[in-house]
Amino acid sequence: MTGSGSPVSVRDVDIRFGDFVAVRQANLDIGAGEFVCLLGPSGCGKSTLLNAIAGFVIPVNGEVTCGDTRVTGPDVSRGVVFQSAEALFPWLTVRQNVAFGPRMRGVGKAQRAAAVDRYLAMVGLSHSADRFPAQLSGGMRQRAQLARVLANEPSVVLMDEPFGALDAQTRLVMQVELDRIWRETGATIVFVTHDIGEAILLADRIVTMTAGPSAGIKNVYPCDLPRPRDLTDPASAALFRQLREDIGAEVARTLRAQGLDDGHDGGAAGDPAGPAGAGTVPPSGVNGVRLADGDRRALR
Amino acid sequence: MSVDVRTVPEKLSRSTPAPARRRGRWRRLTRVGLGALSVLLGIAIWDLVSRNYTAFFLPSPLLTWQGAVELVRDGTLWDSVTASSTRILTGWALGVVIGVPVGLLMGCVPWLRLMLDPYIQFFRFVPPIAFVTLAIIWLGPGEASKVALIFYTTVFIVALNTLAGVLSVDELRLRAARALGANPVRTLVSVVLPSTVPHVVTGARLAMGNSFLTIVSAEIVAAQSGLGSLIWTARNYAKTEWVFVGIIALGLLGYLFDWILRMVTSKTLRRYGVNF
Repeated sequence: MTGSGSPVSVRDVDIRFGDFVAVRQANLDIGAGEFVCLLGPSGCGKSTLLNAIAGFVIPVNGEVTCGDTRVTGPDVSRGVVFQSAEALFPWLTVRQNVAFGPRMRGVGKAQRAAAVDRYLAMVGLSHSADRFPAQLSGGMRQRAQLARVLANEPSVVLMDEPFGALDAQTRLVMQVELDRIWRETGATIVFVTHDIGEAILLADRIVTMTAGPSAGIKNVYPCDLPRPRDLTDPASAALFRQLREDIGAEVARTLRAQGLDDGHDGGAAGDPAGPAGAGTVPPSGVNGVRLADGDRRALR
Repeated sequence: MSVDVRTVPEKLSRSTPAPARRRGRWRRLTRVGLGALSVLLGIAIWDLVSRNYTAFFLPSPLLTWQGAVELVRDGTLWDSVTASSTRILTGWALGVVIGVPVGLLMGCVPWLRLMLDPYIQFFRFVPPIAFVTLAIIWLGPGEASKVALIFYTTVFIVALNTLAGVLSVDELRLRAARALGANPVRTLVSVVLPSTVPHVVTGARLAMGNSFLTIVSAEIVAAQSGLGSLIWTARNYAKTEWVFVGIIALGLLGYLFDWILRMVTSKTLRRYGVNF
């Protein structure tokens, strides 16, 4: 059942919060059924851009379109998986959470139950259907969020660092699962992450952003490595290095803008790879390198 | 995360070995036992102290007990308890039923919140006792004036607590609901209201306490029945022990009402995070 995704287009988008310009002149075209990762350090406006596609924030200039329609607010055709599992309704069981969207859309009881069962099975939560979110592990909660979104059969799934709060092993499992689910549903996925390895494992294209304020799209990297992907494979490693330099430059720029030195000899001034240091081969573990996390700490 | 707390004991009781459970039971017994011991000790001290004074100044526990038996026999105590309880429950229930939607609306409609805010902030500081006279002038000395005062004391607390609940609903949940296709009205009913349940219950419990404060003053000023009236008329007969009976009855009744409220809400509203 491929081909049910919608194309998404971001045209000359400016996003402002009062006087603060979060995103300036962002342009991005996402194909139907494509998996795109927005990659960048925290504060680079990637979540803001995702929220604009979701319809939670409306750009002051430019427009976001999904399929043929202009985005003017949230819609069931664009499902959102949040980083925090607080987005689940704690007073509803997993089954009731997943049924929430169909219930709001007025889907009949039998049809609703069938959809819920189908997507619970897809994310592997059938056995926990009658438990409450508080009784689930972090990974299971994110599965529940994903099933809840999929039950509305959206053409676009927006994911805002959905695995950011999970431990490394669970994250790896979830990445593999998401890759499978994406292929099963055929939905377009826009996935925000600061984890380079995660982006390489999942994306058709990886979009890096310039550091905010006034963030924008910086580079778009096609990522057509054969799936399932392996980060130790030379092509992956090369892409990893390229992305790290790209992001490292932005981190270094942010640090300079804040008058901070990154602690490396001349790193902030000249080294384009920034604090992470260019040239290191990525370790074999998928989540071994958590560049943006380290930088986030440095930024605080 | 109150929901977490709720699930843990369930698991514990199912899987903990017998010695641990026995220890738990022992701890519960100790807790109840200590409470009972403390009460007995208090009565003993009261008895000792009362020996130094006249029965009019400080009646002994025994005399108070005899007074209670007297009042139970002639039906006065039961009548007083039911009269006060009926007023409290009527006014309190009305206050909760009106207060919750008012709080919800205030939370969801900013202009309504701004318009009602000055009144809420003003009347919050005017205690119901200040309205006793007005209530009698406007509503007469019958039941209506008492119920109205209880309603008054309840509605603000419940509305303000509900409002606080609405304002503290996680923005993430609202976004999730909207992206899942819930319109504003359904979001209010299916997401905002369930999220505010713990606040509403807290407000209702506080209001119950305040209702007891209010009922006594209202009944003292104008009532032929009720615990407040009992306490006040006891003075005319120089029966200080009846005052004690009234006070003890009030305390026990309040304790009972709160206990029932806690039991019922924590049983039925557990999934909303109500856990006392």
